[in-house]
Amino acid sequence: MASSTIRVILPQHLRTLAGVGAEVALNLEGWVTQRSVLDALEAQYPMLRGTIRDQVTQQRRPFLRFFACEEDLSHEPPDARLPDAIASGAEPFLIIGAIAGG
Amino acid sequence: MSKVRVLVGTRKGAFILTSDGKREKWDVSGPHFAGWEMYHIKGSPVDPNRLYASQTSGWFGQIIQRSDDGGKTWHQPGTPPGETPAPGPPKAESNKFVYDTSDASGKPLTTHQWYDGTQHPWEFKRVWHLEPSLTDPDTVYAGVEDAAIFRSTDGGQNWKELSGLRGHGTGPKWQPGAGGMCLHTIILDPSDPQRMYIAISAAGAFRTDDGGKSWKPINRGLRSQYIPDPNAEIGHCVHHIAMNPTRPGVLFMQKHWDVMRSDDAGDNWKEISGNLPTDFGFVIDVHAHEPETIYVVPIKSDGEHFVPEGKLRVYRSRTGGNEWEALTKGLPQKDCYVNVLRDAMAIDSLDKCGVYFGTSGGQVYASADAGDSWNPIVRDLPAVLSVEVQTLV
Repeated sequence: MASSTIRVILPQHLRTLAGVGAEVALNLEGWVTQRSVLDALEAQYPMLRGTIRDQVTQQRRPFLRFFACEEDLSHEPPDARLPDAIASGAEPFLIIGAIAGG
Repeated sequence: MSKVRVLVGTRKGAFILTSDGKREKWDVSGPHFAGWEMYHIKGSPVDPNRLYASQTSGWFGQIIQRSDDGGKTWHQPGTPPGETPAPGPPKAESNKFVYDTSDASGKPLTTHQWYDGTQHPWEFKRVWHLEPSLTDPDTVYAGVEDAAIFRSTDGGQNWKELSGLRGHGTGPKWQPGAGGMCLHTIILDPSDPQRMYIAISAAGAFRTDDGGKSWKPINRGLRSQYIPDPNAEIGHCVHHIAMNPTRPGVLFMQKHWDVMRSDDAGDNWKEISGNLPTDFGFVIDVHAHEPETIYVVPIKSDGEHFVPEGKLRVYRSRTGGNEWEALTKGLPQKDCYVNVLRDAMAIDSLDKCGVYFGTSGGQVYASADAGDSWNPIVRDLPAVLSVEVQTLV
């Protein structure tokens, strides 16, 4: 299976935690899915474990959203393939903090 | 020359306030972890440069931070920034708090009472309180919501529940208070390493005499009108407990309503509210050198969480309770409507001892004379969640 370099855009607080800029590049082997992207992200930046998915259930944290190619993919199954434009790196995978709270 | 370091957790970051022993001029460092709720920051009594912090967010969950240089730099235990992770499974999971439901613990416990009387799964939400060991800088206890106590023995890298607390028998009857079902108070007994006290809103106070393996409720004498049986074994909304380390068997408690004391390690409590203008409140603390001198900040009521009459007054008893004097010098005495939360008061061990507290209005007040007079260190921080102080020599 081909390897891919995908782009992930993080919300500000996670950039600070990981010590990175807005966008990070991840190398993936195999299918590009929400799960494989987040696994690769957490492997590269272990300080982000538990901040996007619950440490125990691995469920998306309720106030975070996953956007790509102008679509909200937050409710897609974690093992569903992401659009080709994400896999090719043409479009970024966005992790967004919901507008809530103060 | 002695120094003090005040560790302030707020709704939008942490601040570190330092001064020399005179406690007149202060340096303010922060915000650290800007934008995050900093529930608690506390230093190790063994190694004062070792600090632990609870960083939380409704969006991103729980983070544990550690400093090994007195708060100049921080890292998540086990995952220092910039360090390339080794291949394979993660070695450290500093923000992983997993409730023990194993058969090995004897009493797997998965539910507690919910607001509507049904049973509800235990769900980890955040760390309210971090209590470093009195003897080992790498050992630290965490009091969490939903209520449980965890321990790390590797500097915060990994956490294991002391499940005997939830499993001792009354756990399924615990229910959350308005602020959530939080374990907010952890007191270690310096005279007996096997003894520890904790408090939960709204379950009550508990004690272990065997290092956390087994626990028992210590609520006899508490009386709470908001539960069906006012004298029940559990269900009391204990807001905070304080102890002078030189006299570990004597405990002082601010309950939802009522200020209480116990002279027998919590086995029995008696009310000492005396002449307080109201005995609702959150904080309580004890003088560093006078174990019968205690401090509270009365709050108007459970429905009006601000100081009464627009006056910010600390009340001090020099008689172990019942007889209280208002301390007002330097504190606003008109148009003041702030609250002081349960972990937002601390006392240093200088002579005279310093008393510190932070408000929901973002002020941190300090007294360098055991409460006789007060000055604001800072006035305009985000709402203060916690205040701790380290006396450095």
